[in-house]
Amino acid sequence: MGLEAKLDSDGFLVTQLDTVVAWARKNSVYPMPMGISCCAIEMMAAADPKYDIARFGSEVMRFTPRQCDLMIVAGTVTYKMSHVVRKIYEQMPDPKWVIAMGACTSTGGMYRSYSVVQGIDQFLPVDVYLAGCPPRPDNLLNALIQIQNKIGRTRAKDFQNLKLPELNVIQNN
Amino acid sequence: MELKDLISQKLESNFPEAELEYSEYRGELNIKFNKKFVNSICKFLKQDSELEFLLCEDVTAVDWAKRKNRFTVVYHIFSLKHNFRLVLKADVDESDCSIDTVSSVWKTSDWQERETYDMYGIKFNNHPDLRRIYMPEEFEYYPLRKDFPLMGIPGSLPLPKK
Repeated sequence: MGLEAKLDSDGFLVTQLDTVVAWARKNSVYPMPMGISCCAIEMMAAADPKYDIARFGSEVMRFTPRQCDLMIVAGTVTYKMSHVVRKIYEQMPDPKWVIAMGACTSTGGMYRSYSVVQGIDQFLPVDVYLAGCPPRPDNLLNALIQIQNKIGRTRAKDFQNLKLPELNVIQNN
Repeated sequence: MELKDLISQKLESNFPEAELEYSEYRGELNIKFNKKFVNSICKFLKQDSELEFLLCEDVTAVDWAKRKNRFTVVYHIFSLKHNFRLVLKADVDESDCSIDTVSSVWKTSDWQERETYDMYGIKFNNHPDLRRIYMPEEFEYYPLRKDFPLMGIPGSLPLPKK
């Protein structure tokens, strides 16, 4: 069946290295759980056995940005918190992706107020915006699948001209 | 004697110059006084053995925008002995936007006064550590004042560079 049958009969398969790397990368996305408020509860629910984010290879939620390549910003980002979010984003190694989970994170949501950033795209490059207040766990899985599709389309040349973010952090401080 | 009468009687005899005004709202006694007496009145209410208002539930303020005395500082205190809640009020004008601290009486009011300072810009004299508690320290405005726009002042809160 599938890959095993192919390998059993022929013993090899022909593909591009780029494709294999993208395939491996998209099925082992390590999320950085940036759980700031109530969306984080739904994010935790997505990791439990009922919704089971492990089916998509993303069960390894690392609580250190150094080991992650997907940041799930789950919650209301205030101006005071925005600097922390940005710093953690910069600590993640390239290549990296961002999910803006929920209405608050995407647009400020119901917090039409002086203290809340009206959309984290003002200071972060967002790949997928996720609707809902809070979004259901299956909606988060959908966002993850969107990210996976995006990662699957990447090729090595897309990452050629990236700056070294760690270096930038050191220089900025 | 009812407790409300006891409180007013005690305050009248101990602070005849405090310009005490009484009102009642939904069964709760409100007492308004001159802000100079805030520390001594609070100390008295806490330490008097018949009253014992040991708990300071909240310190906050009201911005009346155009009134002569622009702000009212409000203290909600509670007597565990009598299961009785009391509201204390003192007017503060914008030209002399300060009132004495009661953090020496109730330690918990330290942070409550910091919050009031952060949101309304009312200074609490002799406060041990009067810094902003919610907003960044370099922020120049007071968000709960009526002349502060709801969406804030653009550029007053810095965002990280993209």
